[in-house]
Amino acid sequence: MSPLTALRRMAAPVVFGTLLLIAWQLFVDLRQIPRYLLPSPSAIGEQLGANGSDIIGTAWASGRNAVIGLLVGIVAALLAAVVGMWIPLVQRLLTPLASAVAAMPIVALAPVLSIMFSATSDLPRRIIVAIVAFFPVFVTTVRGLTRIDPVHAELMHSYAATSWATTRVVRLPGAVPYVFNGIRVAASLAVISAVVAEYFGGLQSGVGSRITSAASNTAYARAWAYVVAAIALGLLFYLAALGVERLATRGRGAEHT
Amino acid sequence: MTPGEQRPGEPAVALRGVEKVFDAAGGSESVTALTDVDLDIAPGEFVSLIGPSGCGKSTLLRLVADLETPTTGTVQVFGKSARQARLDQDYGIAFQSAGLLPWRTVRANIELPLELRRVAKARRWQRADELLTMVGLSDFAASRPHQLSGGMQQRVAIARALAEQPRLLLMDEPFGALDEMTRERMQGELLGLSQRTGCAVVFVTHSIPEAVYLSDRVVVMSPRPGRITEIVPVGLGERGRRDEDTREDAAFFAAVTAVREALRGHPDHAIRTGRGVEKR
Repeated sequence: MSPLTALRRMAAPVVFGTLLLIAWQLFVDLRQIPRYLLPSPSAIGEQLGANGSDIIGTAWASGRNAVIGLLVGIVAALLAAVVGMWIPLVQRLLTPLASAVAAMPIVALAPVLSIMFSATSDLPRRIIVAIVAFFPVFVTTVRGLTRIDPVHAELMHSYAATSWATTRVVRLPGAVPYVFNGIRVAASLAVISAVVAEYFGGLQSGVGSRITSAASNTAYARAWAYVVAAIALGLLFYLAALGVERLATRGRGAEHT
Repeated sequence: MTPGEQRPGEPAVALRGVEKVFDAAGGSESVTALTDVDLDIAPGEFVSLIGPSGCGKSTLLRLVADLETPTTGTVQVFGKSARQARLDQDYGIAFQSAGLLPWRTVRANIELPLELRRVAKARRWQRADELLTMVGLSDFAASRPHQLSGGMQQRVAIARALAEQPRLLLMDEPFGALDEMTRERMQGELLGLSQRTGCAVVFVTHSIPEAVYLSDRVVVMSPRPGRITEIVPVGLGERGRRDEDTREDAAFFAAVTAVREALRGHPDHAIRTGRGVEKR
């Protein structure tokens, strides 16, 4: 992609976003919407500036929880998927369990875990992130490991290859795009759950705690400023995961041959 | 694994009273894919299997490759069971889909069977070089499969099948997905390769001209149940001598007609032009 087309592709959403912000600002100013109902973008911008260092600090704290939880979740999911591939019983046990965990909302889990651990610990948040990140990675990895091109399977059979050789040469590399697909989904979920987990008390170190405390003090513009920080953090995670995915699957072409 | 290894008079492939019945799932009727098949293929011989869908030509090839086991009868490859021949890597195989591993380079794809046999790295590299030269892809050793055309991918698959210098090459419609021009060029290349390597070839196709051009003998099959109906000797002379003019030779047309009539001898056949569309 040439820089020009890249610029052109980015231009439309940037222009649209800017127009949206201007409309928002005009709406708040002209209709004289009270600040506690909807703060204007300029007010939010002011708060972003005024709380700059705290925003970076809290985003760092939330981001660290998200990264640690994400990594633990990914490693656990990969191990579970590989063990499940070797021992079908494990997979039969794990798959419904993983689905059940995925169906459990973090808002239900967060208060319980916060109480279980001391209020000065980041551990409950990391556990929540790990649980949330586990599912998409587990599901896509299992799919990637079980899906094998029949021609590849027959070739390996014709080579009299052992099942470990088939796993090493065909299944594991074949699963890579699936794994990174799951990681990309998990990365976005990790930030969401790390921030939401902070809504339920515990350490007041992250973006989520700042949002709740600002909102309860009716400092809505400040709350919005931290929301912007949470969005930026989520984007950062998504882009990082996307970059790693591109790196890991480069040279394969768009589709399998 | 040199041609001198085999005992004189021992066929490359010997099928005796082979029958293959597939038990259909879900309680529906079982299907007799092949019945009453007797066939000998000599070392170095090029034999095509031709017939309409469901005649069992692919099944026959898969029995030789030990990808299926016969319900009754015996399949022998170089005097061994098909299973032992597979374990000993006595044959190379290529399918309609090239089946290259997309994350490996062309070279790494060709080296795959050698790698699985724990051939030393330097030897693998050298063998891959030979094979790449043989199929005219030396410049593409470091390319990925998706960067190659369909014909080039199929060449890589053939090089991979020849990696262990097999005395038998099994090919299941390897040119079925290629355009006509590429296909004819690939046929010429395959003839040269089989001539130089001296390996026997079993070649499944649904194209009459292709079967005739390539083969010493064309095995004509018919469906319901799959069986051999006729074996047409072609006799276009030495493989290395066949060229594009051969396709306009009187002997070529005579053999095409003979195969076509053999196929027509059974009125439920769909094939007339040799361009039938078939998946397997």
